[in-house]
Amino acid sequence: MFAFLVRRLIQAVLVMFVISLISFSIQDNLGDPLREMLGVAVSEAERERLREELGLNDPFLEQYWRFLQKAVQGDLGNSYFFKRPALEVIMEKLPATVELVLGATLIIVTLSVPIGVYCAIRPKTWLARTLMGLSIIGISVPVFLTAILLIYVFSIHLGWFPSYGRGDTAMIGFWETGLLTRDGLIHLVLPSIALSSIMLPLFIRLIRSEMMECLEQDYIRFARAKGLSNRRIWFIHALKNTLLPVITVGGVQIGTMIAFTILTETVFQWPGMGFLFLEAVNRTDTPLIIAYMIIVGLIFVVTNTLVDLIYGLVDPTVKLARRI
Amino acid sequence: MRKLWQAVAGSDLYYHFKRDKVAIASFSTLMLMVLISFTAPLIAPFDPYDPMQIDIMNSDIPPSWVENGEEQFKLGTDAQGRDMLSTMMYGTRISITIGLLAVCLQLVIGITLGLVAGYFGGRIDSILMRIADIQLSFSTLMVAIIVLAIFQASLGADLYGEYALLMLVLVIGIAEWPQYARTVRASVLAEKEKEYVDAVRVIGLGPMRIMFRHILPNTLSPVLVISTVQVANAIMSEAALSFLGLGMPVNQPSLGSLINAGFEFILSGSWWITTFPAIALILLVLVINLLGDWLRDVLNPKLYKG
Repeated sequence: MFAFLVRRLIQAVLVMFVISLISFSIQDNLGDPLREMLGVAVSEAERERLREELGLNDPFLEQYWRFLQKAVQGDLGNSYFFKRPALEVIMEKLPATVELVLGATLIIVTLSVPIGVYCAIRPKTWLARTLMGLSIIGISVPVFLTAILLIYVFSIHLGWFPSYGRGDTAMIGFWETGLLTRDGLIHLVLPSIALSSIMLPLFIRLIRSEMMECLEQDYIRFARAKGLSNRRIWFIHALKNTLLPVITVGGVQIGTMIAFTILTETVFQWPGMGFLFLEAVNRTDTPLIIAYMIIVGLIFVVTNTLVDLIYGLVDPTVKLARRI
Repeated sequence: MRKLWQAVAGSDLYYHFKRDKVAIASFSTLMLMVLISFTAPLIAPFDPYDPMQIDIMNSDIPPSWVENGEEQFKLGTDAQGRDMLSTMMYGTRISITIGLLAVCLQLVIGITLGLVAGYFGGRIDSILMRIADIQLSFSTLMVAIIVLAIFQASLGADLYGEYALLMLVLVIGIAEWPQYARTVRASVLAEKEKEYVDAVRVIGLGPMRIMFRHILPNTLSPVLVISTVQVANAIMSEAALSFLGLGMPVNQPSLGSLINAGFEFILSGSWWITTFPAIALILLVLVINLLGDWLRDVLNPKLYKG
């Protein structure tokens, strides 16, 4: 366990180091910080003096070290557009994205397990066939198209749900939440469905195939021979082993989900990190782009480590230290 | 040619194919779409790249069967006055091209590294697989969005537009190599222990020849299965990136950028600009996925999970 944590930590540091190196070289090459600060109406000699003063003429490594020292303290520079610390701007938008992911995860977990299990234990029924057919269509429809379709049907035609924004929010400490107001919850419905639309069929198919594989194994046959009820075999013995690989895939998919939040947030104008990031790209707001990269990198590293840890706890046969 | 046909007709794959209606339907749809899109310059009613044929006065015309529609524009026109049908044909061609090229790149990188890792083992193997693990833990789309965003911001939108196709192929191609590398490596590990490999080694063939001529052909069936799904994924990624404005530019639209362009007008009632490219995109990805499913059921290789 300890060895695993140490190795994982080294790997995490390595990944973050690469990300910071990339971020820094972007900062170095993307736009001129002096122009952002001063505008164009400053003489060349004055620029050169400031350049020297700000340390922009120092060697690469020296500048990088300074960047790193600041970054570790949470200082990633000021956003050119908002004129405020980039990290602060990103963190303000984090709750919106997290709640969106939460909503989608809730839909995926509550629907994929029962449907996947049903399709595995009754594969020949028409309902299972229909569900599997729908799932392959679901995988083939890009998230942004589902989002547009949902807006078209439920906002424009039926008018049941709002088509953009987060609605009313309430503050709990520093966390701006939309989960506590009725308006906020209504706004969350369509984006969550859209975000879950591609993962849900993926998980249904995964759970189904894993479960079917499980049901063919010897220990299930033994359980049958012992006279256990079908219900007990399915939901206690088979399901447990089915969910193991699902955890691993789930960990990877959290990352994909964050990528899809960018798409969902763009279509629904959801004021989260992804939407902010795209705006930052269009404005060439380098500090904000870097802040987003670092936050997302951190989320990836942390979730992957957590998933591996959970995997080790759930399945004692896995030697964590050997799983890198 | 006749020999080749006999080989195909006598194969297991063809035997199963003949008996599966879904597979036949998807394969013919896919072939039809490929044919129509790649012969677009010959059969399309208009050339969307030719400014002489585009008249801004023709913009926003609904499909011909709707009121106010015009007979010459079967599926209507977009906001710039381009014929939707022709633009979609050209767009499908771009989408398919990017999907295929990106997967070719993945194949080359992934197979080479997978072979090397599996065959030589040891330190090379553990380093390559470590890199693959790390790269897989970051989602392709995320990496692609960030990389392309940075390139677009530093090159400027116009210059970026010229290289968009190349960039998309490179990013999608490089980001997904671990899929192949892991699968190939797993098969190589199993193949390496077999006697025929020992035999060719005793004959004195070099590692390159053993890897590519003798082991590689025996690892190809999982590669084939993954490839179909990967082409579908690459087309989807391209569409998503173009939808975000990080992919193909407006004057050279893929299906994704057409949907993006139409999305602005969907609220004002011009549904056809989004709907037709969307249907084409879904159909394209769906038939490839159906074919992939069918291939996996027939070949049933041991795929690398996780």
